[in-house]
Amino acid sequence: MLSYLVKRFFLMIPILIGITLICFIVINLAPGSPATFQEELSPKASPEAAEALKKLYGLDKPLHERYFNWLKMIITLDLGKSFVDGRAVKDKVKERLPITVTLNLLSLLLIFIISIPIGIYSALKPGSLIDRSLTVFVFTGFSVPTFWLALIAMIIFGVNLGWLPISGIQSIGAETLPFKDRIIDWIKHLIMPVTIMSFAGLAGMSRYTRSSMLEVLKQDYIRTARAKGLPENVVIVKHALRNALLPVVTLLGLAIPGLIGGSVIFESIFSIPGMGQLFYSSAMSRDYPTIMGILIIGAFLTLIGNLIADIAYFLVDPRIRVKKDV
Amino acid sequence: MFKIILLRILSNTIAVIGICFILMIVLIALLAPVIVPYDPYKINVYRVLEPPSKDHFFGTDELGRDVLSRIIYGARVSLKVGIIAMGIAIITGTLLGSIAGYYGGFIDSLIMRIVDVMLSFPTLFLILAIVAVLEPNIYIIMAVIGLTGWMDVARLVRAEVLSLKEREFVLASKAMGASSFRIIFKHILPNAIYPVIVAATFAVGGAILIESGLSFLGLGIQPPEPSWGGILSVGKDYITVAWWMSFFPGIAIFLTVLSFNLFGEALRDALDPKKWAEDL
Repeated sequence: MLSYLVKRFFLMIPILIGITLICFIVINLAPGSPATFQEELSPKASPEAAEALKKLYGLDKPLHERYFNWLKMIITLDLGKSFVDGRAVKDKVKERLPITVTLNLLSLLLIFIISIPIGIYSALKPGSLIDRSLTVFVFTGFSVPTFWLALIAMIIFGVNLGWLPISGIQSIGAETLPFKDRIIDWIKHLIMPVTIMSFAGLAGMSRYTRSSMLEVLKQDYIRTARAKGLPENVVIVKHALRNALLPVVTLLGLAIPGLIGGSVIFESIFSIPGMGQLFYSSAMSRDYPTIMGILIIGAFLTLIGNLIADIAYFLVDPRIRVKKDV
Repeated sequence: MFKIILLRILSNTIAVIGICFILMIVLIALLAPVIVPYDPYKINVYRVLEPPSKDHFFGTDELGRDVLSRIIYGARVSLKVGIIAMGIAIITGTLLGSIAGYYGGFIDSLIMRIVDVMLSFPTLFLILAIVAVLEPNIYIIMAVIGLTGWMDVARLVRAEVLSLKEREFVLASKAMGASSFRIIFKHILPNAIYPVIVAATFAVGGAILIESGLSFLGLGIQPPEPSWGGILSVGKDYITVAWWMSFFPGIAIFLTVLSFNLFGEALRDALDPKKWAEDL
């Protein structure tokens, strides 16, 4: 176990370096430097002031030198200061990260709860009407423009029916409410975004469960289990499902980049003050340090998600453990 | 062989509906200048925000432009972006994947590490960052969607190449002195083509969805050029008074992407040799 973890950890280092490299390249694709952009904001700035700005951001140095300087900053967990309000990017992200992570974890959980039964049901009767309806259902989620669905849901459930709040994660003045009401208020705000996020993510996991389940049901040990007269539900749950779900664990890790990326759209539609919304506003105002910081943190979250998925897979599947140890 | 595949696809009702819809959209996009009822750019201040009627099937927008005509022109943008971005992703992924699989060793690990790095980024973050840094226009959007979407194809092709390169027919052509280039393109890739075709179909739908999302966020196709996401983006500001501005472009995106995805799923079934064995 320990040797596996250590190996897995060292494999992450080249990827981390690659991530910083790509972030750096992306930002330096910009025509003109960030300093010229700040000049545009205040056209009266003198050439000397522009020069000073360039020095401040180290823009007078060659590209590779700037990369290494920036890397040094990143390693000490300093993501620089925002161009927009001068606050440390680290602090700006820190106050928004928990919201985005919570939203994503809730959606992942919901996807897990819904898509696995869908996958199993489809696999039990492949080609049947149920299978085909479920296929169309998950493909609907996969194909629908989520921002459009969110708008429609807001109009129907928020405006016309008035059941759910349409923006933010808590009502104005919610701090003064008793704890229980505050939780209910919070849940009400999250129902729409989390449901729509999950609907969009159903397809991947349910299709994977379906094909994995179909594969397992063909195996000899399933025939054996049936032959020795076990009831069908025991065969499905105890023999088939346990094996079919193993690879699904890794899919959890793979779903993370899509979910975090999607938070840009959801958070801006529902005005949720999370990382996605911050990313969108910094992209619109070309706040380079914030863009770079969030890109790196987003990639880092994905890496951690993959690491957790790998470790979980390692723990649940003894075959991997044996193979890796030999 | 081709006939069997065609028959298998045609026996799938959902797939046939999908194909018909795709053909319809393609036709509409090609014939757009002929079939639009109104000029999609023509502003008419006397007829702003009119609900759907005999004159304007999908209503008019905040500048009095015909929404149906704008959606018809939007089909051109969406299909163009979807297909070209798919092409970029498939070509990049196939090239890098086959090089990695065929040569192995250091080149392989280098390419696969690049894949790992690219896959670590939350997709939309990376695309938004690049689009925001460069001024967005249709070419940049195609390129960015394509160049951030090739990694799955590369993994897929690499796996196919790895399993094919030890097969007898490849070894035979190697023994006869064929160049690596010839072996990859003449012998290996044609045998690895099916999963790539399936991935390509899904990639078109995915690219259309991303493009419309970008346009919706205001970082995609820039107005006045009509795009489905762009119409929706303006429509959301008028949603309580003019639902048609948001409803119809959304339906257009949804049905187009759904058609490509259902078609892709049917192709996956039809091209799966394991299933042929079951049928025979």
